[in-house]
Amino acid sequence: MREVNNVTRFVNKSTRALVQGITGTQGRFHTELMLEYGTQIVAGVTPGKGGEIVHGVPVYDTVEEARVELNANASIIYVPARFALDAVLEAIEADLDPVVVITEGIPVRDTIEMVARAKAKGTTIVGPNCPGLIKPGECKLGIMPAQIFREGSIGIVSRSGTLFYEIAAHVSRIGLGQSTCVGLGGDPVVGLSFIDVLKWFEEDDETEAVAIIGEIGGDAEERAARFIADGGFTKPAAAYIAGRAAVAGKRMGHAGAIIEGSSGTAEGKMKALGEAGVSIGDQPVRVAEILKDRLA
Amino acid sequence: MKLLEYQAKQIFAKYGIPTPKSKLAESPNEAQDAAREMGTPVVIKAQLLVGGRGKAGGIVFADDPADAFKVASGLLGKKIKDIEVRKALVEEKLDIKDEIYLGIIVDRQRGTYVVLASAEGGVDIEEVARVAPEKIIRFPVDPLLGLKTYHGLRIARQLGYSGSEMQALASLITKLYRVAVETDAELTEINPLAVTDKGFIAADARLNVDNNALFRHRDLVEASEDRGGEFSEREMEAKEKGLTYVELDGNIGVIGNGAGLTMATIDTVTLKGGRPANFLDLGGGATPERIEKAVTFVLSDSRVDALLVNILGGITRCDDTAKGIIQAREHTRTEKPIVVRMMGTNEDEGKQLLAELGIDTLDTMEEAAERAVALARGE
Repeated sequence: MREVNNVTRFVNKSTRALVQGITGTQGRFHTELMLEYGTQIVAGVTPGKGGEIVHGVPVYDTVEEARVELNANASIIYVPARFALDAVLEAIEADLDPVVVITEGIPVRDTIEMVARAKAKGTTIVGPNCPGLIKPGECKLGIMPAQIFREGSIGIVSRSGTLFYEIAAHVSRIGLGQSTCVGLGGDPVVGLSFIDVLKWFEEDDETEAVAIIGEIGGDAEERAARFIADGGFTKPAAAYIAGRAAVAGKRMGHAGAIIEGSSGTAEGKMKALGEAGVSIGDQPVRVAEILKDRLA
Repeated sequence: MKLLEYQAKQIFAKYGIPTPKSKLAESPNEAQDAAREMGTPVVIKAQLLVGGRGKAGGIVFADDPADAFKVASGLLGKKIKDIEVRKALVEEKLDIKDEIYLGIIVDRQRGTYVVLASAEGGVDIEEVARVAPEKIIRFPVDPLLGLKTYHGLRIARQLGYSGSEMQALASLITKLYRVAVETDAELTEINPLAVTDKGFIAADARLNVDNNALFRHRDLVEASEDRGGEFSEREMEAKEKGLTYVELDGNIGVIGNGAGLTMATIDTVTLKGGRPANFLDLGGGATPERIEKAVTFVLSDSRVDALLVNILGGITRCDDTAKGIIQAREHTRTEKPIVVRMMGTNEDEGKQLLAELGIDTLDTMEEAAERAVALARGE
């Protein structure tokens, strides 16, 4: 994360991103969509494909060459799971920040290593297995459908992808719009926590209220609740937790979405957030309505 | 992917972790021979991927080779917890002085492996965690440093050991960490680790490998007998078709794109008074063929009275979704009602295609869930 106007931002119009895995199907497809949105995609990287051009973007063999020649400062990664660790470490070493990891299915051992390296260096990793980041009107570094977002004052932080789009669409339709949206990712270990993003939203002047979108598994939502209860985040917040009807012991799509024993249930998370003063939406649409009421 | 006890023990032994003398038996004769070779008494353990086999009668002692034959006859081919026992592990009976718990799991919040250790071994560790959490030592491992000997010594000290026993235990803990990392284990467990006059011996072993890392462990995949025992028949069939499917006990089929959205859809159906029959996540960028496969699969479920498809078009296109649904309906020739909620990429095209066939489309998840609940009730 870089310092801009005294507030550390994830992405904005000065983000100069490179796409790792730009020559693959996903990389190509989303590079075009990000360019259409106005994101500065300055280079692509695929080892062995240096010299090619994808949607007008020059491709390099290594991240270091691309960074030096085009002054890139962020990376988005679409490389297949088995090569993802190397790609992320390469981006961290080249001082790119944030590093957004879209790739799904990365072994948890590899994620542990990349997250540890990033922490040691102070780099922000978003994901893995995430939809990315968007600052409406300025920069989309991710795979989210652009048409549902509009500039506004709601910060959104979510473990899920499509459920985040669902709630973002309601936020837009109700006339609020989004300041910045962050998809944390659906894996058991990810680079960013709800707390990391809430800290940032607390400082961000453009964010007036926040939507927290959680799901079963782990205790990231409970920790966020404790952080809010302790005064770490003071703006209005509403939450939706997916998986109330899930069965214990079954993975619900995401590797991290599993109730183990009695921990990680939706009820526990809703109770913790509710007690911390976060309004709970029982349906996704309610999150947008609650935020509108709380800002009125 | 879970490994059987004997497979986990083979791996542990390769890393220098002491395991009991043992031999695998697939027939009573083999069990008898094994008992004769290693000397009696022995313990005969059914090789199963489910927990709680001891209480279910899957672990039996035998005093002599003839007894081993009898015990193995009583285990092999029988069902324990609904699973047929095909293999039994014949092991020397250990003279156990004390039992320790050792486990390594992933700490999601810290993003590290964490070693769990307790002087109260041999019992259900989740129960210990619930009633006496102070009896469990949690030691997070710095991923960039690994688990060094001095870390092992600290854990051994905390468990109350000193001198040569402490050193042996520390060495064993560092070896177990290597097993966890090098086999990409989600769970590496010795419960109990037997304390005997001959030193520490892994009396039991569990090893669950991260499914995302199986490409690095082809040998383990080949040897594995994990055929998804915890999955239902329909879930196994879905897995073979490459569908992310969880069976639930209701009568409303649910298909969505993305894990969170699909979970929210089953929650909303439940909130509106309905009972979902399943969770099926199409994932990102589903093609008409994939959607057809998913819709056909859910419609072919005799329990399903109505189907709700909830698509938020991003990479997945609404017109592709419509095409997939139409093809599936033609194939299955079903009269079961289908409710579709679609929004996003190529929404209008998708809605038009469905409208031509008289299939309902709704704008919101909440309305669609209500409609599906009403239709499933025959309203």
